[in-house]
Amino acid sequence: MSACLDIANLSAVLPNGQRVLRSVSLAVQPGEVRALVGESGAGKTMIGKAVLGVLPSSVRLVEGDMLLEGEDLGRLQPKARRTLIGARTALIPQDPLTALNPSRRIGPQMTDRLVRILGWSGEKADRRTRQLLDEVQIRDPERVLKSYPHELSGGMRQRVLIAAAFAAEPRLIVADEPTTALDVTVQKQILRLIAALQREHGTAILFVTHDLGVVAKISQKVSVLYAGKVVEEADTAALFAAPQHAYTRALMAATPRYTDPFASLKPVDGAVLAGLAAEIAAADLAWRRPHG
Amino acid sequence: MLLQRFLIRLLTMLITLFGVAIVVFVVIRVAPGDPIAMMLPPGATDDDIARLRALYGLDKTIVQQFFIWLSGVVRGDFGTSISLRQDVLGLVFNRLPATLELAIVALIMAVAIGGTTAVLGARERGTAVEAGIDIASGAALSIPDFLWGLVLILLFGVLVPIFDISGRVSPQLDLPFATQFYFFESLLRLRFDLTWDLLKHMLMPAVALALPLAAIISQLLKQSLKEVLDLDYVVLARVKGFSETQVILREALKNAALPTLTLVGVQFTFLIGGTVIVERLFSYEGLGNMAIDAVINRDLPLIQGIVLVFALLFVLINLVVDMMYALLNPRLRHG
Repeated sequence: MSACLDIANLSAVLPNGQRVLRSVSLAVQPGEVRALVGESGAGKTMIGKAVLGVLPSSVRLVEGDMLLEGEDLGRLQPKARRTLIGARTALIPQDPLTALNPSRRIGPQMTDRLVRILGWSGEKADRRTRQLLDEVQIRDPERVLKSYPHELSGGMRQRVLIAAAFAAEPRLIVADEPTTALDVTVQKQILRLIAALQREHGTAILFVTHDLGVVAKISQKVSVLYAGKVVEEADTAALFAAPQHAYTRALMAATPRYTDPFASLKPVDGAVLAGLAAEIAAADLAWRRPHG
Repeated sequence: MLLQRFLIRLLTMLITLFGVAIVVFVVIRVAPGDPIAMMLPPGATDDDIARLRALYGLDKTIVQQFFIWLSGVVRGDFGTSISLRQDVLGLVFNRLPATLELAIVALIMAVAIGGTTAVLGARERGTAVEAGIDIASGAALSIPDFLWGLVLILLFGVLVPIFDISGRVSPQLDLPFATQFYFFESLLRLRFDLTWDLLKHMLMPAVALALPLAAIISQLLKQSLKEVLDLDYVVLARVKGFSETQVILREALKNAALPTLTLVGVQFTFLIGGTVIVERLFSYEGLGNMAIDAVINRDLPLIQGIVLVFALLFVLINLVVDMMYALLNPRLRHG
């Protein structure tokens, strides 16, 4: 059985030639949650955007393959790729406050993909949407569907976006820090909700986060990123039991703990970062030679 | 609540019009030029002048004249034109439809050209297409409407004479119209032969008026579209599988149109101001053309009537823009 998502050797550069993704390889098996963890700027969101075909225009993919259920995204015509991505994937965005169109009602925003891309009847799409709103524990779907985004709270909007993501039964969902913009009490509910829906629907998730606590709760596999490079990948349980890479260990040591709130916050160890920087510089030099 | 807001709005409109009335009334009486001197032959005696002055009520103080005029206006009597010796209100209403038609056709053209180029430029952002649109809109904007009028007369009236350069309609035609809105009425009556003749007269002045406004709309709308196209909900729509054109039209356009709409309202009033010279240029029988005649003849009642009607138009346009703004922006609708 082929992987749901298979990224091999993916590199991306900025216009000035700087590499932002450094030969990234990772696979997500059907029904599996793979966490992408790293500091801001590590390129974890970039990987998600590359898969979904929504990279900013300044970022250019220079090598590597992305296979979505065996289909090579790089080889497809733009329209075919767009339709394939629309049919088989979905995005749970980071900030629910900006991810809904302020001038359109919630209902059409949830059903437009089902009707216009997947060709469902309006009635079927409507039924499906209500079912999903029920699954994300929205009690009054009637009111929510008729609302404009500004009439709902942040937590409600994220529930709507999660329901919309699962509505088309995608094979892969990219969750881009879906809890970061929410306040702490809501974060937990939303995380639990995503985990429950994921289990029920058997959807594979590429879960982008900077929070190791979230990684431990939701994922089976994890890739640790630094400066666009996968420094370690492992089963989540194995990673937490015995982190192999010095950077992973440093990242874990830098995570604040609720059990010891008065301990001072530690930054990631400088010596580890210096070692990583040298390693990456050497790799870049080696990479540039064949790539001009 | 809504009624209260409406009444406040109405009151401010009346105050604005009252202010305009005072300013116009005083300015045209203080400015040099005497309507009586224009009417009498060179050898007229002082006695003749005084008699005529009294006849038109110009021997009274400005304040007295103003209140006499105002009490007439309130009753719907704008006085009698000095040069044309006809009722001012009748003259204005006779010409206003021609100007409104011209301005509305120009506005529709400006929105169509500006909107299309903005959407196209935003879709092809960063390419040669966008650069071409930028250059074209820069050129359209830097040339004022009356100069466009001259350029168009030269191009399509003289070099390749396909349009008529003067008048509103060919004089030999029988016009079956009940209103002065010839163009719109010809469409409703399905008399497309007349529509075509009217259009051949109207097209060049309308294009001259439309081009600078089209350029402003194009630049501003393209800019706000490009800003909106980076927002999260637009990215989400792309992930859903929608094409860039669908994304622009369905997700971005309505939100990007809001800042443009306010500006279009203001610019539309400038466009109506521009009709004064452009109508003159094309001998188009509208209100603006008549305004110039009225000023040349120092026809005080007619100038006052025309300016007041223009002021009323401007106030109404602003009202419509505000209403459309609320309609497009759901966040303004309640509260």
